[in-house]
Amino acid sequence: MSRYITRLRMRRTYKWNGRPVGEDRKLKRQYYESMSISVEGKTEDATVSLGQYILIEGDDDDNPFVAQLLKLYTDDSGKKKTAVLQWFVRMCEVPQNKRKLLGRDPHPQEIFFYQDRSCDNEVDGETILGAVQIEYVPVQDPFPVGKSRDILFVKLLWDTKSFRALDPELMQPSQSPKSPPPSSRGPQTRALPTPDPSVMKRAMSGILTRGSMSTGKMSSSEAESLHSASKLSAAKALSAKRRSQAVSGPQVRKKLDLCSPSKNMSRDDVLGELLDERSEKTLTSKLNTSPTGRISISIRLTPLNLNKEECVSPLSSHSPDKPRMTAHDKDDAARARTPSRRKDSAALREPALAALAEEEHEDSPINTAATSRSKRKSAQLVSSRIKKQLNLLGNKIGLQSDGEDGDDDDCFIPSKIDLQSSSDEEEEAKIDSEDELIVKKHRGSGTSRSTEKTRVSARTPRKTPSKKTAPATPRTPRHATPSIPSRTAPARKPGNVLEEARARLHVSSVPESLPCREQEFQDIYNFVESKVIDGTGGCMYISGVPGTGKTATVHEVIRSLQQSAEQDEIPHFRFIEINGMKMTDPHQAYVQILQKLTDQKATPDHAAALLEKRFSAPAPKKETVVLLVDELDLLWTRKQNVMYNLFDWPTRRNARLVVLTIANTMDLPERIMINRVASRLGLTRMSFQPYTFKQLQQIITSRLNRVKAFEEDALQLVSRKVAALSGDARRCLDICRRATEICEHSGSQKNSSGLVGMSHVMEALDEMFSSSYISAIRCASVQEQLFLRAVIAEFRRLGLEEATFQQVFVQHQALCRVEGLQPANVSEGLTVCQRLGSCRLLLLEGSRLDLFLRIRLNVSQDDVLYALKAD
Amino acid sequence: MCLKFYGELLEAQNQPVHSSVSWAAERHLLSALMWTPEIRHVASRKYAGQWREITGPAPVKMSKRRSAALTGAQGISLAQKLLRERLCHQKLPDQPVGLDSQYKHLLELLRRTAVHGESNSVLIVGPRGSGKTMLLGCVLRELMSLKEAQKNVLLVELNGLLQTDDKIALKEITRQLHLENVVGDKVFGSFAENLAFLLEALKKGDKSSSRPVLFVLDEFDLFAHHKNQTLLYNLLDVSQSAQTPVAVLGLTCRLDVLELLEKRVKSRFSHRQIHLFSSLSFAQYLDVVRAQLSLPPDFPDPKFSDEWNHSVTKLCEDKTVEEILRRNFNGSKDFRSLHSLLFLAVSRVSVSHSTLREADLIEAWRLISVDSKANVLHGLSILELCLIIAMKHLNDTYDGEPFNFQMVHNEFKKFIQRKSHSIHKFEKPVVMKAFEHLLQLELVRPVDSGVCKVQREYQLMRLMLEHGQVMEALQRYPQCPTDVKQWALSAFG
Repeated sequence: MSRYITRLRMRRTYKWNGRPVGEDRKLKRQYYESMSISVEGKTEDATVSLGQYILIEGDDDDNPFVAQLLKLYTDDSGKKKTAVLQWFVRMCEVPQNKRKLLGRDPHPQEIFFYQDRSCDNEVDGETILGAVQIEYVPVQDPFPVGKSRDILFVKLLWDTKSFRALDPELMQPSQSPKSPPPSSRGPQTRALPTPDPSVMKRAMSGILTRGSMSTGKMSSSEAESLHSASKLSAAKALSAKRRSQAVSGPQVRKKLDLCSPSKNMSRDDVLGELLDERSEKTLTSKLNTSPTGRISISIRLTPLNLNKEECVSPLSSHSPDKPRMTAHDKDDAARARTPSRRKDSAALREPALAALAEEEHEDSPINTAATSRSKRKSAQLVSSRIKKQLNLLGNKIGLQSDGEDGDDDDCFIPSKIDLQSSSDEEEEAKIDSEDELIVKKHRGSGTSRSTEKTRVSARTPRKTPSKKTAPATPRTPRHATPSIPSRTAPARKPGNVLEEARARLHVSSVPESLPCREQEFQDIYNFVESKVIDGTGGCMYISGVPGTGKTATVHEVIRSLQQSAEQDEIPHFRFIEINGMKMTDPHQAYVQILQKLTDQKATPDHAAALLEKRFSAPAPKKETVVLLVDELDLLWTRKQNVMYNLFDWPTRRNARLVVLTIANTMDLPERIMINRVASRLGLTRMSFQPYTFKQLQQIITSRLNRVKAFEEDALQLVSRKVAALSGDARRCLDICRRATEICEHSGSQKNSSGLVGMSHVMEALDEMFSSSYISAIRCASVQEQLFLRAVIAEFRRLGLEEATFQQVFVQHQALCRVEGLQPANVSEGLTVCQRLGSCRLLLLEGSRLDLFLRIRLNVSQDDVLYALKAD
Repeated sequence: MCLKFYGELLEAQNQPVHSSVSWAAERHLLSALMWTPEIRHVASRKYAGQWREITGPAPVKMSKRRSAALTGAQGISLAQKLLRERLCHQKLPDQPVGLDSQYKHLLELLRRTAVHGESNSVLIVGPRGSGKTMLLGCVLRELMSLKEAQKNVLLVELNGLLQTDDKIALKEITRQLHLENVVGDKVFGSFAENLAFLLEALKKGDKSSSRPVLFVLDEFDLFAHHKNQTLLYNLLDVSQSAQTPVAVLGLTCRLDVLELLEKRVKSRFSHRQIHLFSSLSFAQYLDVVRAQLSLPPDFPDPKFSDEWNHSVTKLCEDKTVEEILRRNFNGSKDFRSLHSLLFLAVSRVSVSHSTLREADLIEAWRLISVDSKANVLHGLSILELCLIIAMKHLNDTYDGEPFNFQMVHNEFKKFIQRKSHSIHKFEKPVVMKAFEHLLQLELVRPVDSGVCKVQREYQLMRLMLEHGQVMEALQRYPQCPTDVKQWALSAFG
């Protein structure tokens, strides 16, 4: 169940606010500074303006993407609204294997400044859901407690490889060069329906705390994203267009600005700067000088920067009053807000300390952090406890809880209490701003609603409380961790050469490299690599009989691709594996993919819908997903919709999905798939041939890796035999293992060379390949053998391969007399017959048929006769 | 039904004073059990409680305090108790007979899983009664006596007859492993969740640090009939990958079990098969009989046990007894049929004759080997017998083609007309009634039970008796009229 879903299903209409603030004639674009979003059924429109933090519709309703709005423009037709963004990521968007890099449990409301060169930062304006509030929290500080759950916190920066602190040094002066957000702050507040001072204050405070942190990083990361945008498909065309129109003049001007001492400007200076377009240039200059920025920012970027400058500068000059006003408010707002925040975190104690901290906070986040750490021990203790609780709750909810914020008062008690004790100012403000959309939200706790919450709720989509947030009861072990208890003493290591060899020959021991599959490896590697680099999608079908290394090769490919992704040679990607045999029903494939992708649990239908949305949504902030579907034929359903979807998603423009499928039969697409599915699978196919004896020999040799346990001839015999039968490497390894065992047993007696020789291998081969029917017949009792003979005699008489028990029994009795045995009676005869039937030497009908049950031989007559004769 | 009776029978046998168990009931039961090897199999398993015996204390302790002074009755009941335990598979033998190499192989394999954490898979294949479970029980007993293995090994036992689909099997595995989604005896979550959970659990383990899990799959072939063989695939896949060490032990009597496996499942199976084919000669068989019947040296009353053992030795040398045992040996080499024979013989020992005599064994053999239908035929009325004979003649005339009541009645009438003096004239309804009784006894069976539209008189039937069975029954039938006998012997109706 999603909390945003109701909102999403509503029709949203997007309108520009006011007139265009700038125009780019060459690109035929008009720039705007704010946009209003009206939702059906709501009286008031929500407004988003430049610099604001917004939610972008994503594939996960619970956790829409978070970003800061940098630019808004429309093309000449006026139809398509485009937004340029700085992304933030939630923990659940960070690749699963990287999450532990954080080294702590993420705060449920925590987001990270996203710095990734490969991420497209232009999205369709109509994917904007609304505004959201973000607060910056210094690295050392605990997360503020008791804030509305709509507020998101930023502490760290995520650059796809590690979490880094947002450098306060960068943060502090950032107020001055940070032009786009302040410049747009005016319009934003202005756009509020009731420009009540307290509302403004709150709005400001939210942005202030947050704004102080982001600029430095943001500009650099922006550079990266711009850089990557030139590479990525979505923005490719646009940037190319712009590049062609590049002018060198503004570039020079910007270079000059680079040297301007804008970093040390006071807040007033900032205000001043906000008024002119220089600020924009400082931003871009920062962009070039940013320490985190990659050196690879090349000349290709300049047209983009220039463009931006051109378009934003009129914007800032357009609103001369507002920035000043906001600046005035800033102090007040901060003062008004921070105490309450401190109070929250300090569990309503120490207002003085809080005020102190707040004062410092204005100018030097580092100091604040330091002092607050030293002085607010008790507060920290309490808050950490609450945080723990939060985390607990967050874990229960799943990682998507980030987005659900503070709407469910009933399940998030600490925040409620804190909210109730929030300051009068806020109460007032709340009443003022409780203007829109709240009606629905009232659930009997109107007074306790916090101001920021209502404010945000006016913009953010309404959420219905998720059922997952129900308080943790010991009802079911829902979050039980699957594990097998560990043993008391560690397993013994192999002692001698044979044991060592056996351990190496076990199928499970993963070899360093896969010999004999170099060509296949290269093909798959190239395929996946090209798709990952291009950011496109595709399908591949891999076939081959069991035990030819299909899955192992794909895993090997992924391993080496991941290695090169670590080393930044290719963009990062997600690898997900599902196996048709490891699910109970084909539709479970959706559930498993979704769970591995986003950690969500859902029913198959819902999962399918969510995945559909994810892979077709235009939101481009995605890494490529490489999906391995093992045992594809098990995903067959009558309508084949599972397969259809799996092969259809990669063809979507924004999916960035690479699907590798594995099955045993080469002609699976032709045999079981209907045309539209087979067509989507495409013709990228590969077939793994069974191993030849040379390859098998090489595999064993490379596994043994100079452990001398086998005679050369013995190895050759095994590989030749297996190659002739199946070419199954598993079989080959199993035989070798068995041979070492036989050698070990016989070795103690004969005191031979200690190597596995021909005789041992022969014995192992015999054990595994020889049919047991003959020895079973030889070891059968006299009556059983007679009965088999009677069956054959009856078959010969009838000229058929089938007879009833009655007929055979007559023969049997006759044979008994010939052999000088007392003839068996019917009961005995049936017992003998059934016993042969249970071994499947005979094939029988149900014993209920009694005399008339039909008998067939399950062995060839010659085998039976051979076995009986030799007796 | 059969199970319940068998249980009651066993309980009756276990009572100390055993005198008058209804032989008829026993006979019926035994013959019934003869017909259904699967059920017999389960019944013996059910009452064997094999696993508990391995780990738990020995179920019977000799009461040492009244060692020498046992009365005759006490000695007998004690001896019977001891032998019953042996013969009803309640106690594992000290050493499996004639399975030494298989024993070593299996033990070595499991030891490596337990100690080295090496994953393995193996099938134990052998006909019913060949000692698969016994072998495994002995191996596990030995394995558990190793200190290293004792604390480390987790055992999961499944039976294809009980876990009839993967869903149930999965729950059972989860329950026996005490995974975390088990509360009490209940397993939470859907089938899909359980599977994912179990696989996740097994995946998290690794070779050196997780406790190895032994999966014992009794009636392995039945698991191969589960949908997609999901369970087998996953277990065998774990055994072939670097996850929690597992040993998958399949027990089956089907020789063609590998052909049941899907190719990808088959590929993951290690193809180790341990075959249990008994290659006993008759002399060895006799030795086994002697050993099975002998009382152990630590029997509290040495005098009694000496006497008993002496009588057993003498018994085995007896010609008739040897003949009986040879016939049993010819019938099947497995010990289960031998045990049921000896069991009946031992049960006949009482205070009046305190040793095992050949008469006991002969009587036991008679009970065991008697044809089940011949017994039923003894209880028929003359009229019913006449109908059977009429049907036999019809069978002879029409070469086994089905007949209907009308035909039988005609045949019967012809006979009455010829020999009216010896048999009453029966009205047709009375004959019909007798016919229906035969139908109920399933001595006659409709050819196609699906079609009921046909009038009862004309419904096609088949006789479920062999020619020989009818003749034998007639020979033994008390006071059978000579005319009827002659009619039966005559070549034409």
